[in-house]
Amino acid sequence: MREFDYQRVTDVSGALALLGDDPDARFLGGGTNLVDLMKTGVERPARLVDIRRLPLDRIEAGEDGGLRIGATVTNSDLAAHPEVRRRYPALAQAVLAGASGQLRNMATVGGNLLQRTRCGYFGDVSRPCNKRVPGSGCPAIEGEHHNHAILGASGHCVAVHPSDMGVALAAFDAVVSYETADGPGELPLSEFYLPVGDTPHLETALPSGALITGVTLPPAPVAAHSRYRKVRERASYAFAIGSVAAAVDVRDGAVHDVRLAFGAVASRPWRARTAERTLIGAQAGAEAFAAAADAELTAAEPLPHNAYKVTLMRNLMVAVLTELTEEAAR
Amino acid sequence: MTTTTAETTVTRGSVGTPHTRVEGPEKVTGTARYAGDIPYADLAYGWLVLSTVARGRIRSVEAEPVLRMPGVLGVLHHGNAPHLESDYVGLLGVRPDPASVVFQHDRVPHAGWPVALVVAETSEQAREAAETLVVHYEEEPHDVAFHAGHPAAYAYDAPHAPAEATKGDVEAELGASALVVDEEYSTPEEHHNPMEPHAATARWDGGRLEVVDSNQGSMWVANELARLFSLDPSSVRVRSEHVGGGFGCKGVRAHQVSAVMAATVLQRPVRVVLTRRQMFSLVGYRSPTTQRVRLGADADGRLRALEHLSLNPTSTVFEFVEPGASVARVMYDADAHHTVNRLVPLDVPTPTWMRAPGEAPGSFALESALDELAEKSGIDPIALRVRNEPRIGPLSGLPFSSRNLLACFQEGARRFGWADRDPRPGLRRDGRWLLGTGTAGAFFPSGAAPSTAAVTAQADGTFTVRITAADIGTGARTALCLVAADALQVAPDRVRVRIGDSDFGQAFIAGGSMGTRSWSWAVTAAARDLRERLALDGDIPPEGITARSDTAEAIGALAAKERHSFGAQFAEVAVDVTTGEVRVRRMLGIFAAGRIVNPLTARSQLVGGMTWGISMALHEEAIRDAASGGLVGADFAGYHIATHADVPTIEADWVDDTDPDDPVGIKGVGEIGIVGAAAAIANAVWHATGVRHRSLPIRPDRVLLAGTGASGA
Repeated sequence: MREFDYQRVTDVSGALALLGDDPDARFLGGGTNLVDLMKTGVERPARLVDIRRLPLDRIEAGEDGGLRIGATVTNSDLAAHPEVRRRYPALAQAVLAGASGQLRNMATVGGNLLQRTRCGYFGDVSRPCNKRVPGSGCPAIEGEHHNHAILGASGHCVAVHPSDMGVALAAFDAVVSYETADGPGELPLSEFYLPVGDTPHLETALPSGALITGVTLPPAPVAAHSRYRKVRERASYAFAIGSVAAAVDVRDGAVHDVRLAFGAVASRPWRARTAERTLIGAQAGAEAFAAAADAELTAAEPLPHNAYKVTLMRNLMVAVLTELTEEAAR
Repeated sequence: MTTTTAETTVTRGSVGTPHTRVEGPEKVTGTARYAGDIPYADLAYGWLVLSTVARGRIRSVEAEPVLRMPGVLGVLHHGNAPHLESDYVGLLGVRPDPASVVFQHDRVPHAGWPVALVVAETSEQAREAAETLVVHYEEEPHDVAFHAGHPAAYAYDAPHAPAEATKGDVEAELGASALVVDEEYSTPEEHHNPMEPHAATARWDGGRLEVVDSNQGSMWVANELARLFSLDPSSVRVRSEHVGGGFGCKGVRAHQVSAVMAATVLQRPVRVVLTRRQMFSLVGYRSPTTQRVRLGADADGRLRALEHLSLNPTSTVFEFVEPGASVARVMYDADAHHTVNRLVPLDVPTPTWMRAPGEAPGSFALESALDELAEKSGIDPIALRVRNEPRIGPLSGLPFSSRNLLACFQEGARRFGWADRDPRPGLRRDGRWLLGTGTAGAFFPSGAAPSTAAVTAQADGTFTVRITAADIGTGARTALCLVAADALQVAPDRVRVRIGDSDFGQAFIAGGSMGTRSWSWAVTAAARDLRERLALDGDIPPEGITARSDTAEAIGALAAKERHSFGAQFAEVAVDVTTGEVRVRRMLGIFAAGRIVNPLTARSQLVGGMTWGISMALHEEAIRDAASGGLVGADFAGYHIATHADVPTIEADWVDDTDPDDPVGIKGVGEIGIVGAAAAIANAVWHATGVRHRSLPIRPDRVLLAGTGASGA
């Protein structure tokens, strides 16, 4: 194994200074993804800056109904927080749908947003991969792509983002805060992940050397009645093949407010804005939900072996919205 | 649970009562040492380098830059490796797997073929150097695409399993049948991945080669290493005290052979441990199969014609057959019977025995087809099997030593609540879930192979059993302790069982569900002999009194019979056809497996096999990449096995299955638990949804697409 330097930091400015503009240095959060990638040779950092002791491990519940979640809050703590469960239940459900208890105890919010795709070609350094080695090609398009993207992909990369948490955050308009040597910045999650295009190796809009410090969820009363449902190839400990985060507020039978995001369909958590627009004002019911799903999924460009995801996402969205509206009506 | 007091004089009945593992405390406290754990002075570490191309020649190995890296001691490859003698047939009647006969030529017959071993002072240095080593290949086009109707397919006679067995005229009987089932089934490439990876340490000690290994038979490995390295068998000692799982893949593999080679060249101890990813190409696997089953029956369900054809790929350098079609030769009779196992050579690694080789995929196809016939005929699936129960071997004409398949179905049906089952599919619902139940039959051969054992009476009143058995996690050590205790008529706590050392002499492997039967036979024979000698002469000298046994003659004298374990599997599943999710809600397996030595570990073996059946039915599938010829996602993140959440309440139990004519009465429970399990689940999925799934695994995308009437992927 290749040797690397390891340093632990306790304040944000120290972390930024240590990382500097060294392209071979990485921030280490829970290490649940980075360490695996180091073992398989996908990541070969020369330096690790351990940020787990940064004072970013708090969840602040704003009086306005929103939340501010520190970047080093663990997945377990996030899912267990009473205000997360009360204000954004789909977020807690999404986190608990991911990984295992042990991994959730280690994994952090910031790291979760930055985790890499689990595409088998990306994870195998003996294979081409445009995300890992720009310009080397994408064998998934002609090869194994059962669990690859149907939305927003390109001829250069069809990998999906693996996060469950990110799907719920996308539904609730999360904003990512970060710090750089030149000062702080913010990115709405909708702008955080870059389009795939011909640069699949460029994944986020974070400036070089930036450190995620937290995630802010603006107040969203609709989110108090929300749900995350994940479909995977076994009952536990597997990445999604399709997931939905949904919240809906029905008044007098009509959709007053709705939030929808899809997981495992694109290189980022996929906010289903077309479906949302279609639904606002519509008579709540399976027919309208299906029409909205179809509207969202007209943009889908499935490959030969992942076309099932179009049907899956439609069924999932209809099922979750139906469940939510029926529960609210009781 | 071995709490019998020392005052007990004559003790019988240890066999048949539950006992925890005798080495349990060592294992759960972490003091049990596995092959990769044992420290050695001056130990060097080898790391294998595997080919990245699927077919071609090695043009050159750039060893020089790697030899200059820190700690690197040597690079072994085809250009400098010592000669190995591979022209022999081993204990199991086959040549060594060519991937284990390392570095003998420049040909690369598949992706993941071992091309070099880098040896260094530390494991980390060896790995870094191995990953840095540049190997140049002359690449050739490869073919890894397996499908029914591949033009290169041919019938293959395996040792102990002729390719083709036939009686009667299948076409004529099909033509005369009121009911016909004619379907194709497929199973994917599956990998046995024992928790403990393959690991071996080799060293020369005073002119003797000593190997500490993780294997299923130390004598087997020792003999093959002696052949490969042209050594006197008595100068090779292989030990394997604790083994963290085997399942058929822990025989002679590249790790031992390359470790011995490096220890010989460098003249210091060398350890080679495989990584999980390396195991996916170096230790064998269950090949995929495509199978066609044709059943013809009268309106009352009696079979007139039974045809089962199975095809599996093997490598271009070894003929390994996964004999799926052989299942029918034991399970069901018909007026016309035709079964053929065929092979197609592809540029893939050589498959091997994996838990119930042949029976696991073959029973999926055959027991699914029986269920389809039950559906067509309107006959209950169990009644259909009763109607087709043979009295003698359908092809051999030999009597069964015991055949309690129907007793298994009867007891299983009673406990599962089968009588209340409405046979119509797609009727039961629990919220978003459709519910269904299914059943399937199972069998596994009950063989014995010659073994030797020694039992010593010590002056302090204790006994030591020595036999080259292997406990691959099954509880074999404990089982042999109970068997010896009963034969010696003492309490088990007075018996010490030593296994996993080739110096104890020839014995069969932990494989083919034959270990406990074969070893118990030898241990019993030696123990009885010892007891007789002790009865004649009460004084035990300080060196003890030892009796030895060899069962070769007794096994040779066994009457020719159909000897098998049988079983009936039951499953209840829940299916959401809108998402494709399938969940098993409960399973029950009732088995007729001879005399059960230790109910605690036997049940654990059966439940383990059934759990694997869930995995086989719903999850396991290695994806071979046509472009590279290698696997995609060859690790536990990419290759899914059932998690705890996928495994519901599983009950395994057995019916009385005695055979007064059998000298041991033990049949073995290692493999039968997986047989039929996947078919029971697939049949339950049909009962839930009304859709047949003839390709495993029953993935969400397949269920989803089938549910909407589209074609499966």
